[in-house]
Formats: sequence, structure tokens, C-alpha cells
Amino acid sequence: MKWFLGHLDQVWQLMLNHAVLALIPLVVGLLLAIPLGWLAKRYRVLYSPLIAGTGLLYTIPSLALFILMPLVLGTGILDPINVVVALTIYTIALLVRTVADGLGSVPDEVVQAATAMGIGRGRRFWSVELPLAVPVIAAGLRVAAVSNVSIVSVAALLGIPQLGSLFTDGFARNFLDPIAVGILACMVLALAMDLAILWISRAATPWLRTRVAA
Amino acid sequence: MNLLWTWLTNPENWQGSSGIPVRIAEHLAYSAATLLLAALVGIPLGLWIGHTGRGRVAVVNLVNGVRSVPTLGLLFAAVLVVGPLLGGDIAFLLPSIFVLVLLAIPPILAGAYSGVEGIDPGARDAARGMGMSSMEILFRVEVPCALPLIFSGLRSAALQVVATATLAASVSLGGLGRFLIDGQAYRDYGQMAGGALLVAVLAVLVDLVFAGVQRLAVSPGLAPVRSARRVRTRAQLAANPT
Repeated sequence: MKWFLGHLDQVWQLMLNHAVLALIPLVVGLLLAIPLGWLAKRYRVLYSPLIAGTGLLYTIPSLALFILMPLVLGTGILDPINVVVALTIYTIALLVRTVADGLGSVPDEVVQAATAMGIGRGRRFWSVELPLAVPVIAAGLRVAAVSNVSIVSVAALLGIPQLGSLFTDGFARNFLDPIAVGILACMVLALAMDLAILWISRAATPWLRTRVAA
Repeated sequence: MNLLWTWLTNPENWQGSSGIPVRIAEHLAYSAATLLLAALVGIPLGLWIGHTGRGRVAVVNLVNGVRSVPTLGLLFAAVLVVGPLLGGDIAFLLPSIFVLVLLAIPPILAGAYSGVEGIDPGARDAARGMGMSSMEILFRVEVPCALPLIFSGLRSAALQVVATATLAASVSLGGLGRFLIDGQAYRDYGQMAGGALLVAVLAVLVDLVFAGVQRLAVSPGLAPVRSARRVRTRAQLAANPT
């Protein structure tokens, strides 16, 4: 506790770094997973290869993926870009399936009704199908957010500063306080992101709320 | 890329007590021991929860809660706290295995529990109607029906364990993670990347083995072709107004 109060600034700075490293891949991954998930849902033939392909990438352990990234990207081993790209890959792997299943869960009648009302394909996707898939996509996004926060801390072994640095520092100095603070800060960050996604998802689906109220 | 290739093709790296084959064997040994221990706890507990329906909420919360705990921090904390009590090599080995087991239990538990819970209630009722006892229902109906999901739980646990065992090298354990950590310490990128590639290949292979076993574990009565037909007939029945 004493250590924590003395190092508030440092912990806050590391937490901000951590949040940025976990958030960027989440947003980029979601933006890339939406078209991929749409493809998987629209063209049944692509469903299995897309899910299996991204699933294969998901099996690669994080530390190994961080280390292999420079070979693909031509970056330095200490470049945070490696972490961002690796986590984006994990996020896509988790979300492609969720987006495809979410879009698949939209009732056919609704899509047909929209078509009958003269809504074009593009607008139908953005204003009918995607909004109705939000609850399913948000559930997948919450899992991705929480696991991203945990995986980011592994990058401390490569010397990329974020909350995981508290683990390596504490371990090197045989000092438990920074490790405990780091674990708690990670869990708080994961919880905050989880709640934020839940809140955004609720705000984006007002029709679900009225049904609950009634 | 060249560094990686040079390291992988250097015969010296494939020999001796810190060669690649030994590290792979260590990695697999840690992972197998962990999975076995976690399965011994997770499967019976999951079956019990699924069979009795008690403690469901606790399982869901546990699985979600454990996911948010940073693995690396838990590993370091366990070694710092438990290590000094033991001494010797075991001071690193025991806490690491403990953390690995802790992380492997939730997916196994969730698989066993959801496997039993998802069984068609009709099958359970039929078994009871045939005069089966509670234990007979569990072992002759529920477990066979739940096998695919039990194995899917084991599969995700195995994935998690192989990945986390890599991190265990940072608390001076063996396994393939050694190459990643030592390569970093010696500024030897070839060794780091070579080790990383081996870990990635090992993880994919382990996953494929489990995927194969999972397919074999499906009871013939639950085979996809037949169940698809069953669903279709059920849908037809529902569609026909009587």
C-alpha cells in the first residue's frame, strides 16, 4: 500500500500505456472483423476456411507471436507496433466468428421486411442487420477486451513499458508490492473496458431496453 | 529471417541437455502434468455441477474472473510467495505448475459442466424411466453425451497451458520458453525467433491432436449426420400444424 501511494504517477502512466496497447487492437480488430464476418456469413463456402484460418493464428502463444512479428513487419523487437499487430490478430480471430454468427442470428423476416420497404443492400446492412447483431458482437468484444488486457502484460518480458513492467520489476527485486499492484490494476482496467463495452452496447440497442422495461 | 534459419539449422542447437529436443520434451512434460492435474480436479467437479445443477453461477463467474487475471503477474507472485518456503529447483517448478493448473481448471470445468447441462432432458428422463440409478445416468448417459464438450474444454486448456508454460521460462523453468528468454538476454534474435517458431508449431500441433481426439470422442449416436437429420424431422414436425 505504501509502495502504491509513493508510485501513483508511475502506475498511472503505465496503466495509460496499457490501456492504449489494449484498446487500439480492439478497435482495429473490430473494424477488420466486420467485413470478414460479413463475408463468412454471406458466402457459406468461406465460413469454414475463415474460421479455421483465424483459429490457427489464435493458437500461437502471445510471447512467440510478439517475437515473430518483426520478421513479418520489419520492425525492431522493442517496437510496441509488434504488440498492437499481434493483439489485432487475436482480436480478429475471436471476432470473425462472433460477427458471422451475430449477423446470422438476425431473423430472416426482418431482413425481408427491410428489403420490402425498399431499403438497399448497403443501407440494410448498416441500419438493420449490424445493429441487430450488436448484442452478440458485444459479447465477443468483451471477451476480446478482457483477454487483450491480460496478454499485453506479457510484452513486459520484451521490455515494452505497461503494467506488466511492474511484474518484471517486482520479480527482479524480489519485491511483491509492485506485482500485487500490477495484478489489481490489470483487473481494474479489464473490468473498466468490460463495463464500457456493455454500456455502449446497451446505448446502441435501445429497443432491447424498452422490452425489459415493459 | 537469416538469423532464424542459421539458428534452426545449427546442429549444435539440436544436441545436449539444453538442445531443442530436450526443451520440447520438457515443454510437453510440464503441459501434460498440468493438464492431468487440472483434469483430475476440473472434470469431476464439472460433472457434479452439471449433474446436480448446483453452483452454476459460481462457475460462470470463476471462468470470467480468471480470464481477467494477468497470467504473468500471477506466475511471478506465486514464485515469490511460495518459492522461499521450498528451496532448490522445486522452488520454481511447484509454484509454476500450480499457476498453470489454476489457469487450466476453468476451461475444463466449463466444458464438463456445459456438456452435461446441455444434454437433451428427454435422454435423461428415458434413462430414469429405464430404471437407471443417478450414478448410472451420470456414467452411462451424461458422460458419453458430454464427451465432445469435455474434450473441447481440455483442448482450450491445453492451448492455454502450452502458451503459459512458455512464460514459465522467465522464472527459470525449462521448456521451449528458455530459447525466447535466453535469446532476449544474450541479444540473440535468431535464438528468440527460432524458439518462438518452435513454440508456435508445437501449439498448433497440440491443438490439431486435440481436435482429432475430440472428433473421435463423439459417440456414434451423436454423429453430425444423424443429428442433422433428427433436427430436420423435428423442424418438420413443428412446421406441420396438427
